[in-house]
Order: sequence, then C-alpha cells, then structure tokens
Amino acid sequence: MKYVPPGKPGSVVTVESRYENFIGGKWLPPVDGKYRVNLTPVTAKAICEVPESTPADIETALDAAHAAAREWGEASPAKRAEVLNAVADAIDAHRESLAVAESWENGKPVRETLAADIPLAADHFRYFAAAARSMESSTTEIDSQTIAYHFHEPLGVVGQIIPFNFPLLMAAWKLAPALAAGNCSVLKPASPTPWSILKLAEVVGDILPPGVLNIVNGPGGEIGKALATSPRIAKVAFTGETVTGRLIMQYAAQNIIPVTLELGGKSPNIFFADVMAAHDDFLDKAVEGLVLYAFNKGEVCTCPSRALIDESIYDEFMARCLDRIAKIRQGDPLDTETMIGPQVSAQQLAKISSYVDIGRAEGAVVLAGGHRAKVDGEFADGYYYEPTVLKGDNKMRVFQEEIFGPVLAVTTFKNEAEALEIANDTLYGLGAGVWTRDGSRAYRMGRAIKAGRVWTNCYHQYPAGAAFGGYKMSGLGRETHQMMLEHYTQTKNLLVSYDPKPMGLF
Amino acid sequence: MTNQETTERVVATPAARQAIAELSRRGTVMFVQSGGCCGGTAPMCFRLGEFITGGADVLLGEIDGCPFYIDGRLYLAWGEPALVLDVEAGFAEGFSLAAGDGKHFVVHGQPAAACPTDEHRATG
Repeated sequence: MKYVPPGKPGSVVTVESRYENFIGGKWLPPVDGKYRVNLTPVTAKAICEVPESTPADIETALDAAHAAAREWGEASPAKRAEVLNAVADAIDAHRESLAVAESWENGKPVRETLAADIPLAADHFRYFAAAARSMESSTTEIDSQTIAYHFHEPLGVVGQIIPFNFPLLMAAWKLAPALAAGNCSVLKPASPTPWSILKLAEVVGDILPPGVLNIVNGPGGEIGKALATSPRIAKVAFTGETVTGRLIMQYAAQNIIPVTLELGGKSPNIFFADVMAAHDDFLDKAVEGLVLYAFNKGEVCTCPSRALIDESIYDEFMARCLDRIAKIRQGDPLDTETMIGPQVSAQQLAKISSYVDIGRAEGAVVLAGGHRAKVDGEFADGYYYEPTVLKGDNKMRVFQEEIFGPVLAVTTFKNEAEALEIANDTLYGLGAGVWTRDGSRAYRMGRAIKAGRVWTNCYHQYPAGAAFGGYKMSGLGRETHQMMLEHYTQTKNLLVSYDPKPMGLF
Repeated sequence: MTNQETTERVVATPAARQAIAELSRRGTVMFVQSGGCCGGTAPMCFRLGEFITGGADVLLGEIDGCPFYIDGRLYLAWGEPALVLDVEAGFAEGFSLAAGDGKHFVVHGQPAAACPTDEHRATG
C-alpha cells in the first residue's frame, strides 16, 4: 500500500507550518525568533519550518532539565519504569504516523520504519524500564563490622546529540537508558532530521514529567557546541563522525565529565566458501546478508560496506547477489513495496557520487549501479542513488572510508587468515559479519575480529539486550544493553562501620 | 607561511577562499578533516585553536593562513591524496562553522600527481 505524504488530505500525519523547541513540557519559540525550512529528501520540497536556535535556547532547556532533575532522579524505579512503559505504549499506538513521518523526513522506506525503527524504539523503552527495576545495588562485607554499600545515583542532566540516519531509534537508544537511570536530557537532533522527533514529542510529551526531555533544534556549530561545552551537563553522548567525537572529548575533559561516542565504521561482511555448500535457505539468507548493505540506503554506522568473499565461490555467489541487487525496488518510501528510498540530503548524494568517482579513478570495477537513480514523476528531484557494487582491493579509499550510501566494496580472500587480515585492516571497529556453516570457524573469526559486534550468520539486527559499540576509532561505550545504565549513573559508596569501638590510633 | 612541501597537499578553490575570507573577518579559522559516520568525509572548520591537535595529526598545509589538519592514520588510509577544499550547498556537519548561508566546506581528493594549477594553489 501507499501512504499519503504528511500534510496532504488523508495522511496519517498532520503537519504544522512551523514547529518550536520542546522545553519543559512546552513548545517554546527560539529566543532569537529564527527559523529555517526543513526539506523532505523524497521530493526536495518543504515539510515545515523548524527553529534555528541559539545558545540561549540551550540555556533555557538546561534550566528546565535542572528544575526537573531532582524529582525525576528521586522517583522510584517502579515509577520511572511505569512512565517509560507508557512512552513505549504511546509509540506503539502511533506506530503508523511516526513511521510515515520518519520515512518522509529521512527517506527510509516505510516498510523498514513500520517493521523496525518504530517497534524497536518502543522496545528499547520497555527494555530499559525493566532494566531500571532490576538494577541492584551491591554490598561488600569488608569485615564483620564494616560494610561497603554501593548505590547507583543518576548523573543529573545529560546532553545527547543524535544522528540523522535513524532519528527516532537513535533518540530511543540514548533517551531510554538516560531516563531509566533517573537523568533528564537536553537532546539535539541532527540538522537534516529535526522534525520527526518533534512528532514523537507530540505523542509522549504529556507522559513524561515536564523538563525530563527537552529538544532543541539548530546548527551544531552553535547549539551543539553550547550543549557539549556547558558546565551544566554531567555527561554527553554523541553519534556521528570522528572529529566531532574528539572535540566532544576535548570539551568533556575541560568539564571532567564522561562521554559515550559512536563514530561509525567500515564493517566487513565475510562469506566463507561453505555458504555455497548447499542450495538451501541458509544460502538464500547469506545472499540477503550481503545485499543488506543497501538497508536504509547505506546510511547506517554498521553498514556492511566491505564484502569479503572466498575466491573459490566468488563468481557464483556474487552472481546470485547481483541478481538480488537488480531486484531492489527503489522509489516512494511511503510505498510499502519500496526497498530503498532517497539519501537523506543533497549533500549526502553528492558525497556518494564523489566516492564512486574516486573508486573508478582508483581502478575499482563497477559491477552494479554507479549513478544517481532516475525516479519518475514527483520524485524526480529526490536524492536517489542506485544500489552500487564496486570490485577492488582493500587498500582503495572506497574500502577505507565510510561512504554512508548504498555502495558496496567487494574483494576476495584466499583463506581464513587473509580474511581476518583484511577484516581488521581498517581504522574502525564497530560491526562485522561472518557467514559460515562451520561453528568453530565462526567462533574463531568472531573473537579475532576487532569490532564491538560480530553478527554471525545474520546482520543488521539491533535487539535491546545485545551490547552495541565500537573498538578502535569507532567510539567509546556500549548502548542497547543494561550496562548502558552504568554510563548514566554515579556510584555512591557508603562505607559504614558498625563497630562501637574506636580505631585506637589517636 | 608554510613550506612548499606542505602547501602542495591541500589547495582551495576560489569559492572556498572567499568563504574563508568572510569567516576570517571574525578571526582566523582552522580545518580538521573528519572520518567515520554520517558527515564523516567533511572537513570541519573551527576558530583557530578550538580543536586541539595532537602528535598523530598531520598538517597538510595552510590556506590563506588557516591550517588544515588530518589524522595521520586517516590520511594514510586515504592513500595520501592532494586535497582540494571547496564549498557546496548543505549543512555544516558536526560543530563546524558554515561556509556561508546554507553552505558547507567539502574536500575533493585526487592523486598527488594531479595537483591543480598555480591559480588555485593555496598561499600560506
């Protein structure tokens, strides 16, 4: 089926002509009164106006967050869990409208937002609601009269800066643990995707106590910096690229606060010869596993953008994959049959084109795609790029830099040792995929690859309960697991003596 | 001033130099090439000194007095190309300064042998 674009008669999504910041449970106009037009990548036409905020708006948001922090931080885990579960229920109840809004603003197919982004966002709130209730303090018996109690305490007010590729899901990844642990958040959405999160605030704004969640839109160089440098935040979390990651660490060093960073990758997806040992469901799954590079048009930190294929099966396996790639349906992201939509912005499209040109200049062979996609009618101005495959070697730039588009770099290996060497020959270490029918090899490879997550005989699954985060230049910290609560709490130790006698030193 | 060897590794288009001239009215800027997720291939533009560089960063050159750095490992992974700083329409990524209203800085890489002609060459 096809959903009607937001704002059009019959759409499940209403659109105001102008949105404000969400601060202290209210919709507040930016202090300077400046707005900008927010475009959809599907048609390159306007969706709405959003605030072009300034550091003064960050201060207002911090005021609201600090005003709420004590009560929220002291709320019982059961109370916080009740609120987070209600947030999850509200997301589920508005699944269609949030999915359509998300797809219209980001360009990702609605089949993905309906089945993954939105239900997963709800599930992360439920998971952390449960984690908050099951979080236990510990005691250590130092000796028979002396006990060390360890309590988890909220940090207070945290700053969170989220990316454009999964605007709602990444918000959920960051908000759920922060709020579960008793913190209040000031959240800055990415510049290309300021709106869908405001639609989420419409849905959950009345459920959360005022000031627990605050959303401020505007340029990163102004408000992102103002948030990350503020002495009024107790922690900062960021997903994005490496230089901003370093800059955030630098600012955090000045305030002596912790950071968590997720900075991308160039994930290898490794196919051993035995995937072709039978023509069965597993082979079909492995072919799909390679084609998942086009998931979310390649705008995924863990995009399996380097396929490493055993040379003995390369021709036959790749032929099957190219056949599957040729069947990818590209077009209106609001059509549930569409598999790939437009890139998020014109500049991402330009970057992808530039990288494919670099690949060609380096001698990579274009096996599929390689051009801006022609989509007819109202989508002619949308930022579409063809699903592309480049054959080359791992020293090429297209194998080393994250393109953030539907561009796969493919190479071959002779044996397991070479596969491992190529897999680890990257600055990054966020995700990896290993495909084999040999469990021992899968385990060996999984342990030896320097990446935070190794999908084994699967890819692109993001369940709450599996830790996600990077090795090497891919970042610090782990998300989507209850260990994230450690990143959002202080440890309070009460060291208590029950001994009535003095120590006898003085 | 930088020596010839460093200035050869990064050059700027007239549009980029114009944007730098505008930004420089409020003080010198610096560039740091990013990598990784989202806006990962963008050169970030900051006020000089905003970003603390370290021993692993390489100074590729200066453009009208503005230094351009890249992480040495990233530069190696890129194959040590000559970079051309340019301006295109779009959002400034991360915490970068914009290159004018609705514009951001970008780099185009090219093999070191194919350096642009002197008219585009940066002056240190």
